[in-house]
Formats: sequence, structure tokens, C-alpha cells
Amino acid sequence: MATSIKKLPDIEQVLSGNGACGGCPATMALRIVGKALGSNAIMLLTPSCSVASMGMTPRLGYNWPCINITFASAGSSASGITHALEIMQEKGRLQGELPTVFAWVGDGGTYDIGFQALSGAAERNENIIFFCYNNEAYSNTGVQRSGATPRGSFTTTTPTGKRQPKKNMALLMLEHNIPYVATATVAYPGDLYDKVVKAKNIPGMKYIEIQAPCYLGWQFDMPETVQMSRMAVRSGAWLLWEAENGKISFNNPSSLIISGKKDAAPVDEYLMKQGRFNRLLKGPDAESRIAEIQGDIDREIAFIRERAKITI
Amino acid sequence: MKTAQVIMDTGAHAAALAVKSARVDVVPGYPITPQTSIMEALAAMVENGELHARFIPVEGEHSSMAAAVAASAAGARVFTATSANGLLYMHEVLHMASGGRLPVVMCNVNRGIFAPWTLWADHQDSMAQRDTGWIQYHCSSNQEVFNTILQAFRVAEQINIPVMVNFDGFAISHCLMPLTLPSQEDIDRFLPPYEPEWRLDPAHPSSFSNVTNAPEYAPFRQMLSDDIMASIPLVKQAAQEYKDITGMWDGDTIDTYRLEDAEVVAFAINSMGAELRLSVDILRQQGIKAGLLRPRLYLPFPAEDIISALPQNAQVMVLDRNYNFGHPGGILAAELKSVLFGRRNDITVKNRVMGIGGIDLTRQFMAAEIRAMMDE
Amino acid sequence: MKSVTKAYRPISWPMKGAGGNTGSWRTHRPVVDTQICNKCQICWVYCPEAVIDRQEITIDYRYCKGCGVCAVECPTGAISMEMEE
Repeated sequence: MATSIKKLPDIEQVLSGNGACGGCPATMALRIVGKALGSNAIMLLTPSCSVASMGMTPRLGYNWPCINITFASAGSSASGITHALEIMQEKGRLQGELPTVFAWVGDGGTYDIGFQALSGAAERNENIIFFCYNNEAYSNTGVQRSGATPRGSFTTTTPTGKRQPKKNMALLMLEHNIPYVATATVAYPGDLYDKVVKAKNIPGMKYIEIQAPCYLGWQFDMPETVQMSRMAVRSGAWLLWEAENGKISFNNPSSLIISGKKDAAPVDEYLMKQGRFNRLLKGPDAESRIAEIQGDIDREIAFIRERAKITI
Repeated sequence: MKTAQVIMDTGAHAAALAVKSARVDVVPGYPITPQTSIMEALAAMVENGELHARFIPVEGEHSSMAAAVAASAAGARVFTATSANGLLYMHEVLHMASGGRLPVVMCNVNRGIFAPWTLWADHQDSMAQRDTGWIQYHCSSNQEVFNTILQAFRVAEQINIPVMVNFDGFAISHCLMPLTLPSQEDIDRFLPPYEPEWRLDPAHPSSFSNVTNAPEYAPFRQMLSDDIMASIPLVKQAAQEYKDITGMWDGDTIDTYRLEDAEVVAFAINSMGAELRLSVDILRQQGIKAGLLRPRLYLPFPAEDIISALPQNAQVMVLDRNYNFGHPGGILAAELKSVLFGRRNDITVKNRVMGIGGIDLTRQFMAAEIRAMMDE
Repeated sequence: MKSVTKAYRPISWPMKGAGGNTGSWRTHRPVVDTQICNKCQICWVYCPEAVIDRQEITIDYRYCKGCGVCAVECPTGAISMEMEE
């Protein structure tokens, strides 16, 4: 059972009145991450929504030491910091518990430009937590397509709908044989909190991907953000799972879909609520394109169900 | 001065030994000819316990510098090395180091840039980083590489600006020369531990480099520019103190040879600067009053020292191992002319580009070139 | 080695209101009916701005951006979004 809301700690690492859009799901998620990590942490950010939200020099909306770095560098800069801290402690220049080093990166900085450095850090099993907050586009610069944009979605660089399906970065990270991989979303804060607490206490590389439904990019009403997150999980478009040392387990409610105890909601219910699929839904080939998207979801579910059976 | 050890070693190993003596904390690295031996030597030293540091074998040079910059922000003394295309690949992160005022030290083993492919030395790679805000030294021997790296850490940490130590691939990096290693005690006296005035620290949370509006951004850049100029006295002090402690001297901002009465002055940097001493001797034997002025500190350009060192009415023969695309000739000539303008109207400057892509620059060849330039 | 100059670095410090007076952004404000509210803290957990006090269920209107997520998520319907004058 995920930690209940009333048991979540008081600590606020995200300060009121930061520069994020009202209702920002990434900020919602970061707030929960902050409760799990506490203040003894160092945050790395690459160009993304959170960098725009954190405030302009000399103001900062997050209560951590943070470093803004070049777009491609989250994985490598995080590696540099974690090694620096450890060697400084070995040489007696730092005392006490070392801060958790974590990268807070958008889907662009994870799937596209940041892939190489992330993959390198994972292969070296660096002692960091790499968070990807995934709003399925380059939202900060006005919603351009990324490697995480799902098939059929409008973005400013795919105005008639993206032709290709998205990558599954969490699975790719699983295949780097790192100690902990997890997916999460804003609608399930207790689940996210537990995963971050678990990750904090595991040495080595941890990857946690949090779906963040961005109402500006996905084109739905601002107050519906958490509802949209729930709907993504209900339709199987986003699956909640975690893997410790390669052994996958599924979290509620995705576990019910994977085990077949509950049917996933049909994907068109999910697509209809988002303006970014309007053109697709109103087009002459709507049926076949929806079927393609449903196929993408069914394939992911089938793959991970089978993959989870491998536990050696 | 405590007893020093004398060995024969390559320029690349000299660099690695200097980094070890500097008690570095973190070394991110990626292989590229001809600097790879530096990284290999450091990795071996870390693994066999000779050097108490962390070696991070990253997956590309952009990541090398990104790891170095972040580790420096965390409060560690860092070093990395690269060449040519590797240097170019990390270009954007170089700006982050200088704009962020982080004292990273890097060796760039000069090598010509792709395209066309080459392995051998010219200076286009480091010249292409002129405007990154890094301080640049150019070394002319293995011993100078060793000495300069230690001085570089000191200057970088005093002024909070990253420093690049350049030396030619193969001519210096792969050739054996005698190397005097000062005792660790002497080096510790010269280079105390890194004491950052700011670092990433959860006890005092602060954020490095948020988005910055123009009125706030501009002063940071002005300060960087001012502090780069203010590093010149620190470069001189570092060279002088190093000489006082170890007895060794390679020049401070400039290095001169038979310059006092010279009528013809050879002007070049890096390994050519060493070979040109012999060219000067050849020319002197031929009855030409030749001398050498080798800038050791290339950036900031040591204008005042050059202006006061050049003899009256001298002809300066600038030998560039790079192209100043869009202008005839090379970059050193353009920079020299710009500092002499209105200050030393008695000086004539002539310029040739040579040694591109590693073409061998022998003492006879360069002496002949200088003679030919005299007739122009 | 110690620094000899004060290096002017681009540093920022944590503070509320890093985005400015964000309360002025909203068009609607959430209003809590304390009679209906059962103190479940669901509104508190979802608020991206951390402006809801988790014990009293009061709102810091200096920074509330009026996103309306609290109103939609409240299971008892205790929060309504009222237009700002």
C-alpha cells in the first residue's frame, strides 16, 4: 500500500510563488520529491520548464543548492558532483551524511539531447537519482516534438500529428542493468513518494520517470491536470511499475491492467479529452490512426508483462 | 629546495605527473589522440593508489567538461585533457566554466582539426577557443608542461577563471625529454589545497546560474573580462614563486632569447618556440642579429611585456601555426599588430603561416623562412 | 589555493515569490467551505504552489495562482472557484 497523504512529511522544498505556470504538474511532482528527499540534496537542472520556473537571478524557488547545466549534460554533470562529494569526504573535507545528488530533467533532456550522457552515467552505475519529468514535448520553448511525444500528437513541429511512436526510456534504462527504475505520475503522490524514498536508500544509479500532463501542451483545462494523469494510467497510456535489480513489479492501478483483472479503458476516451489529438480525431483516417495508437499501448503492455516474467 | 628527482619522460606523462603532484580530486576523461596517454597514466595512478582521486571515464568530451564543471562547483579540484575535435566538442561547456567562474584546469594537446582528418599538430584548435574566457598558456618543453600545470592551478584558484595549458601533439606529448620532478613537499608549499569561496552546499542552499535578465547579466561578463586582464600579475607571481621554490623558470608571461640587441625577432608560441632558439643561433652565425620572443601566456595577450621587451626598430617575424580566416596570415600577427598600434610605431611586423597539420618545423626551415621574410 | 578576488558569480537564493507576486496571476480564487471540509488534505497534496495549510486548510492568497486543481480534486466539493473582482 502506498503511503497515505496524511503520513507525507510537512517539509516544503518547493517554495510558494515560483515562476511555474499555475497548476504545473512538474512542480506538483517536484514538491512530492522534495518531501521524500528532504533538504540534504543537490539538484541539477537542464534547460526545461523547471529552469524557467525556478526564478531569475538572484531569486530561487527551490530550497536546495542547485546547478543549471548545459542541455546535454545532466548525466555527466551529476556524475562529476557525486564523485567530487565522495572524494572530498574520503579526504576529510566533508563530514556527515553526503547529500543525495539528483538530476531533475525534462523529457527533451532525457530522451533526446541528454540520452548519451544519461546512458553513460547508467552504464557506469553512478550514485545519482535521475528524474525525468515527462510532459511529452519541449514545453518550455512552446511545445515542440520530443522523443517522448506519443504518436498522433500535435506539436508545433508536428502540426498534423507525430507519425512515429515514442521511445520507452524507462525500459531502456532497465536494460542498462541499474539497481532501480520506476515510473510514476502526479495523480498518485503516495506511490511517487515511496519510490523516491526507496531510491534514496539504494546505492548506484536510479531512474524515475514521472508523467506530467501539461495542460498548455496537451490542450485541456488547467484544473483537470490530476484527472488527466489518472486517465492516462486507466487507459494504459502510462504504466506504473518499478524494478529493483531488474525484477519488475507493477503498482496499482496498472497492476490490475497488466494482470488482466481489469480492462484498460479504450484509448479514444483518453485522446478525446486532449486538444492535441483533435486533428487526428477529426481526420478522415481517424479510425485507423486511433487503432495505431491503441496498438502502441497494447504492445507496451504485452512486452512488459512478458519482460516481468524474467527474474534471473 | 628539497632534493628533486630527474627522469626521462614524455610530455603527456609530465602532465600526468604534475596533476598527481597537484593532488587533484576529480579527473573526467575521454580518449583522443594525442592526449590519451595523459588520461591513461592518471587512470593507472588512481587504480594503483598512487593518486587519491576519482577518474570518471565519461562517454564524450562534452561530458568530460560537464563533469569537470559540476565537480568544481561541488568544491573539488579538477583536471581534464583533450585535443582538437574533443576540444571543439566541449566548446559550449568551456563558456560555462569561465562564465561560472570555476577554476578548472585542462591540458589541450594541440592537434589539427577535422576536416580533412589529421592527427598531427597545429594551433587551430586552441585558437578557436580564444573567445571562451579561458586563460591560455602555451608550453615549449616537457618540463615546462609540468611546471605550467602547477602554476595553472594556482592562478585559476586565485582568480576563479579556468586555465588551458597547451602543448603540441607528438612534438612534445610523445617525445622523451629530461624531466626534473620537485619534491612533493616543495609542490605542496607552492600549491596549497583548493579553498572555494562558494560551492554547492545543502547547509547554504543557493542556485548556480539561473536565467538572468540583461541588466543583471552584463556585469558578470564585464567582471570576467576585467578579471582575465587582472590575472597577468598573478601569472608573473606564480612563475616567480615557482622559481624561488624549485629553481626552475620558463619565462613568466613571455620567454626571450638573445632579444636585447636583436634586429630581427622571431615571434611564435608552443613547441616552435623551443626550436626557434636554434634557428636564432643559425641566423646569428650567418651574421643576422636575430632574437626570439615567445609568448608563454597567450591569453590574456601580454601586451605590456611585449611592448617593453621589443628592441627599438626591430623587424618582428611572426610565425603562425594557424589560420586567421577572413584575414591574410595568422592570428598571432593580427593580435601583435593590434597591441603595437599607436604604441610602437617603430616596429615592422611580417607574418607567415606554417606547420599546419603537423608539417615538421625544423630549425633550418624556420631560419630560412625568416631570411626569406627579411627580403619581403 | 585561496581566491584573491571576489569572483562575481551568477548565484540565486531561495525565497518565496521567486516568480514575483504570483497571486496577481489568477482570474479565480479558491474558497473553502469549512463546514463541508473534512480535512482529508487531498487539496494540500496536489497544490503545486504549496499555498494550502495542511492543518487549517487556509490558502495563502499572496501566491495562489488560481489553477483550480484543489477545487476539482476535493472529494466533498468544499472548494469553489470564485471570480476575482
